Amino acid sequence: MTALRTTTVGAADHPSTNWTTWLRGRISGLVPPGEALPDRQPAYVVSWIYVFGVLTLAALVVVLVSGAVLAAGGVAWWHVSGLGHFVNSMHLWSVELFFAFMVIHLWGKFWMAAWRGKRVLTWVIGVLAFVASIGTAFTGYLSQSNFDAQWISAEAKDGLNAVAIGAWFNVLNPGQMLLWHVLLLPVAVGIVTVWHIVLVRRHGVVPPLDSERGE
Amino acid sequence: MASPDLLLSASSGHYIHVGVINVSVTNLLIVLAMIVVFVLALVLPFPGAGDLGPDRGEQS
Repeated sequence: MTALRTTTVGAADHPSTNWTTWLRGRISGLVPPGEALPDRQPAYVVSWIYVFGVLTLAALVVVLVSGAVLAAGGVAWWHVSGLGHFVNSMHLWSVELFFAFMVIHLWGKFWMAAWRGKRVLTWVIGVLAFVASIGTAFTGYLSQSNFDAQWISAEAKDGLNAVAIGAWFNVLNPGQMLLWHVLLLPVAVGIVTVWHIVLVRRHGVVPPLDSERGE
Repeated sequence: MASPDLLLSASSGHYIHVGVINVSVTNLLIVLAMIVVFVLALVLPFPGAGDLGPDRGEQS
């Protein structure tokens, strides 16, 4: 019988130079142990105003799923199918809720000065998520394949040309706008959203202004 | 077939114009509803918040 031979590459007493080891360390060090998916929160989180961040995230999930179904059906599907129209309406209204929840989340965090306690980057990445979301919604309006989309693009082109980006971001090109809407901007929103959540888990939920703890 | 009047009323909303502010009634109502939700989120008690007592420590 052949003996099973095992080889250990990168012994524990030698610092490993493997990129996998480096990446594992970076990922595991993103948030403190146990904070990635916590089951306990500070008592001050027991307030409705702290709910709107996760409501925004929940709405984003519905946006992405309904958008994926729409992408499978194609841009004209919702014009000719009852089911397509229903999914399109789900996509629209989940976006409406996404923005409403996000803006109320923004109001709450602004009035509690949520950038306190080394949370400036969390606030800034949240701003980036907001801006990227506006761009995604805008290109969505341009991808409706109807007269509304035509009207919006014709109105928008002068403004975008005035800030000198019309040459590479042409709102009169529905194919380009559709690809920005279904690929580039969702990837951007996804990255900044994950970054935002990692920073929230890293630094913890900001305490209220009148809280004596956490400052 | 929709009449021209119906098409006209479906395509144009009602707008409120005050100085540089020009907002549709629909959007104004949505903004007002968001403000109402925001205020309610601040004043309404969260379920279970009363069980914490004076010791505001960690809770599950």
